[in-house]
Amino acid sequence: MFNRLKSMITAGAVAAVSLATPALAADAVIGVSIPAATHGWTGGLNYHTKRTIDRMKEAFPNIDFVLATSSSATQQVNDIEDLMARNINALVVLPFESDPLTEPVKAAKAKGVFIATVDRGLAEEGIEDLYVGGDNPQYGTAAAEYFKKKFPDGGKIVVMRGIPTAIDNIRIDAFNAALKDTKIEVLDMQYANWNPDKGFEVMQDYLQRFPEIDGVWAGDDDAALGAIEAIKQADRKNVTVLGGSGMNKVIKLVMDGHDMVDADIFYPPTLIIPAIELVTMKFATQAPINGRYVLGSPLITKDNAAEYYFPDAPY
Amino acid sequence: MTATSAGNATASPGRTLAGIFGAAGPLIALILLMLVGSLMSDSFLGAENLSNVFTRSAIIGIIAVGATFVITAGGLDLSVGSLSALVAGVTIMFMNAAAETLGPGWQLVAAGIVFSLVVGAAAGLLNGVMIVKGRVEAFIVTLGAMGIFRSVITWLADGGSISLDFSLRDAARPIYYGQVLGIAVPILVLAVIAIVGELVLRRMRFGRHVAAIGSNRHVAFYSAIPVNRVRILTYVIQGLCVAVATVIYVPRLGAATPSTGLMWELEAIAAVIIGGTALSGGFGRIWGTIVGVLILGFISNILNLTGFVSPYLNGAFQGAIIIIAVLLQRDRVQG
Repeated sequence: MFNRLKSMITAGAVAAVSLATPALAADAVIGVSIPAATHGWTGGLNYHTKRTIDRMKEAFPNIDFVLATSSSATQQVNDIEDLMARNINALVVLPFESDPLTEPVKAAKAKGVFIATVDRGLAEEGIEDLYVGGDNPQYGTAAAEYFKKKFPDGGKIVVMRGIPTAIDNIRIDAFNAALKDTKIEVLDMQYANWNPDKGFEVMQDYLQRFPEIDGVWAGDDDAALGAIEAIKQADRKNVTVLGGSGMNKVIKLVMDGHDMVDADIFYPPTLIIPAIELVTMKFATQAPINGRYVLGSPLITKDNAAEYYFPDAPY
Repeated sequence: MTATSAGNATASPGRTLAGIFGAAGPLIALILLMLVGSLMSDSFLGAENLSNVFTRSAIIGIIAVGATFVITAGGLDLSVGSLSALVAGVTIMFMNAAAETLGPGWQLVAAGIVFSLVVGAAAGLLNGVMIVKGRVEAFIVTLGAMGIFRSVITWLADGGSISLDFSLRDAARPIYYGQVLGIAVPILVLAVIAIVGELVLRRMRFGRHVAAIGSNRHVAFYSAIPVNRVRILTYVIQGLCVAVATVIYVPRLGAATPSTGLMWELEAIAAVIIGGTALSGGFGRIWGTIVGVLILGFISNILNLTGFVSPYLNGAFQGAIIIIAVLLQRDRVQG
């Protein structure tokens, strides 16, 4: 019995080594650590990550990739430790939360791993070699500017916040700052967790509470879809809904001229693409690459919606 | 039987007042909550608001009726939220695929409902057989199932959402948004399921067997109760309830995502316990569960309507009210 177990372990080890051989032959191994597909935006992120890795592998067969998706900050810390055990040369990481991930990433950096952070930064400056991100303050400002333009003579709007996180705070602060000294009145803000069901529920209650609502900033396209159904059900007219982040279904609504949705704010799950590409190019071409790469969060309207439309993506 | 004596505790001499207070605990909590709500918001008692909350609560309510059976029999099902997401997703995929042959009419909706019920019942049967025949703790089996169902739906949806073709939505829409005699369809479905559930659990032999097994499985076995069959059936009932709830859920937004039904299992269990069913099994009541669901629904409704508590503290407020509601009936649960 014991001998059989031992031989099985040996066989397993041989198999593992033979599987690992191609990785050893690679010029460089790039570890990619991102959140699991827990809501629409992260679903899109996963889709674009896999697509980019496949394309890079094809273009640069000497560079290998290891992808880990984590459903919590704690799991991500473990995943990064596992990646380190596989001797990665570079780490592309979209941190679940900035604070808990700072130390593990710092430890990886100390071992000489090239660090690229995506979207959410770390809590300490100067750890990452490369930062690729969306523009969260601009995300909030763009929403405020949209409502200012829409209601130059003042209007009543309600806001659905996301999941309580640092990103959500940055966006809301920028939104509030941009609306200061305008005639636009923010009636209330509640968390809708970037979720369509919660968006539906919160919107139903807003409609009961406020007899007059001119606009809704749903903060995210998932929540916006819920809000739209609630408004339709209550048969309220002339309510403008602004979502955000660029879900293909919502961009299609903008393209087709929906009566409630005439714009969206882009916060691309595609921002992982340049991060992986830049890191790959660094090892493929030995070019020195570092610094910051910030993608804009422009307003999407009927005029430019076609440029942001990915019908095949899950988000 | 212990179940009967626990049910009659209200009538025991000497502590009648406390007993009645205990038995009616959830109702008293609900009435207090409605009083607070009407004082804090003018629109709270409006017909539209009440209808909104009842309709929304119907989804958790139907799931919780099934959970009452499972918990009364001394079991537990943690997989209901994930199962809702999975059933919603595969039903939408089935309807999209079947639309070509059946057309976008009532036949398609009927086929979708049957499909959903079959998937729900099959999942419940699988859980039940694993727990009863496989002799694995219900907590473990359904915890595992929770992870499996949620992963499969995430995989099927490619991390995004699975949505019903826009051409099919009009046919399914009345199931959530429609009305019969001025009452929303989901409320009627919940009412029918709750009444049938209460009759089965309290008046029929099957229901008495469920309570007896929850009270003491071994005594029930020696009393010639078909313990295994009844236990498995409670999980099948739970699966069917999840499927019915999903049939109502799908037309609401016309889509299923990996975040569909997140934490519904906890909401359903909380509603069952607030309603006075013993978490350890042996005693259950459906009407209490429905009151529990309404308490949960109205708490979040009042918080949204008034903006009285900081949104950061909403969860704490809800938690406190749940504990208070159970405290109001402490005598019965422990007696």
